[in-house]
Amino acid sequence: MNLHSEPIRLLAFLVGIIAFAALNAAYLVWLERKVAGHVQRRIGPKEVGPFGLLQPLVDGIKLMTKQVLIPDNIDPILFRLAPPLLLIPAVMSFVTIPFSETLVARDINLGLLMIFAFASINVLGILLGGWGSNNKYAVIAAARGVSQNVAYEIPMLITVITMVMITHTLNLNEIVRQQGGGIFNWYIFRWSANPLMLISFLIFFTCSLAETNRAPFDLGEAESELVAGYHTEYSGMGFGIFFMGEYANIVIGCSLATILFLGGWQCPFGLWPGVHWFLIKLYILIFTVILIRWTFPRTTIYGLLNLSWKVLIPFALFNLILTGAMIKIWPMIFP
Amino acid sequence: MGKENLQDAIVQFAPLDKLLGLGRANSLWPMTFGLACCAIEMMATGASRFDLARFGAEVFRPSPRQCDVMIVAGTISKKMAPAVQTLYDQMPEPKWVIAMGNCAISGGPFVFEGQYGIIEGADKLFPVDVYIPGCPPRPEALIEGILELEEKITGSRRWPRVEAG
Repeated sequence: MNLHSEPIRLLAFLVGIIAFAALNAAYLVWLERKVAGHVQRRIGPKEVGPFGLLQPLVDGIKLMTKQVLIPDNIDPILFRLAPPLLLIPAVMSFVTIPFSETLVARDINLGLLMIFAFASINVLGILLGGWGSNNKYAVIAAARGVSQNVAYEIPMLITVITMVMITHTLNLNEIVRQQGGGIFNWYIFRWSANPLMLISFLIFFTCSLAETNRAPFDLGEAESELVAGYHTEYSGMGFGIFFMGEYANIVIGCSLATILFLGGWQCPFGLWPGVHWFLIKLYILIFTVILIRWTFPRTTIYGLLNLSWKVLIPFALFNLILTGAMIKIWPMIFP
Repeated sequence: MGKENLQDAIVQFAPLDKLLGLGRANSLWPMTFGLACCAIEMMATGASRFDLARFGAEVFRPSPRQCDVMIVAGTISKKMAPAVQTLYDQMPEPKWVIAMGNCAISGGPFVFEGQYGIIEGADKLFPVDVYIPGCPPRPEALIEGILELEEKITGSRRWPRVEAG
């Protein structure tokens, strides 16, 4: 039997991607609880297995065997539709992520576009979850989540357009390939393309934080005001799937930042490129995301929207114009 | 044991039940909710000196739909009783209740001839699994109460019992 035949490859990637997403969701929760503990001078989970490593397993067993309570006066279809609608697009986005030069499920030339198309569906999951619950807190939280997602999608997409203007391609593997040969070829340090590349990276990273509804931008689930946000009415695994979706989105956002700015699977000093570099960069970014969550207080909804419309969008637009000018004018001065 | 409203399974596997018990006992998520001064001790239990997180029980969920254990921390006044009852009813099965402090056990210092404002104990409203005496109990006592609840769910104790003395 030919092991490299298309159906077998597809099946292997399907299983691998689902396992990667699920394992990440489980063990990022563990990491999050450990980091939260150490940030607050506690220890965090330590009794369940060595270093609390069995904690995600135990939580999974508990969530799966918990009663799935479906309230009486909800919308029966939308209520059940919302959690998969949040999780499936996030898992689908892994299809085009190049873990290494050869480890890509589908190396299509519209990879970047496909990820952003799926990222927009996931807003719908939040909206339907809040609306279908027929709960005032959930509806308010869903409205906040959607306004936040729409506001932050704009600077994110403008930054991505800037990147596409520089790279001339939407193929993620090709973008990584252009950044080979050392740390100064990574797009975050490519001053010749645009002197404000570092700011582009910060805008992109801030937006991906806000897109995943994480603290300090977690207004969708502000416990002090809105009980538990748009998943107030979900019990058991319904809630668990919402959480898996959130963590899968974090992984997608950080992978995109890694691929676009930090050179994906390229090595910082030009040797041994491979999947290990991608994973190291990815997990450093994820660790930063978790650290930001536990060290910054929550913003207000006005502060959040002001940051997007008054700071990030003007900066992103300026960046776009500057990049266009650099592309046209730079070759004229230094032919 | 907090499963009054669940139907018994037709087929039961002892090892599976044991696994489920272990899973439930080690991930007891309490509800973010306090009634009086015992709640301050409950907060101290979650903070750095006592660290309830070691036992995986630090995930204080604000929504009753995602909680496993309700810690009744404080005096239940008659005005508050309907709200507490609603919160208990909103929790999905299996669910457990810890009565923390003398007020939640029996009304504590507020019980006297002719009192009109206090529910004399949480067990007047719903079944209680573990009682933690004290006014208020120390954080160690709450941790002991949670270990006691784990023993009740799994049938075996995690650490040897410490004798007073």
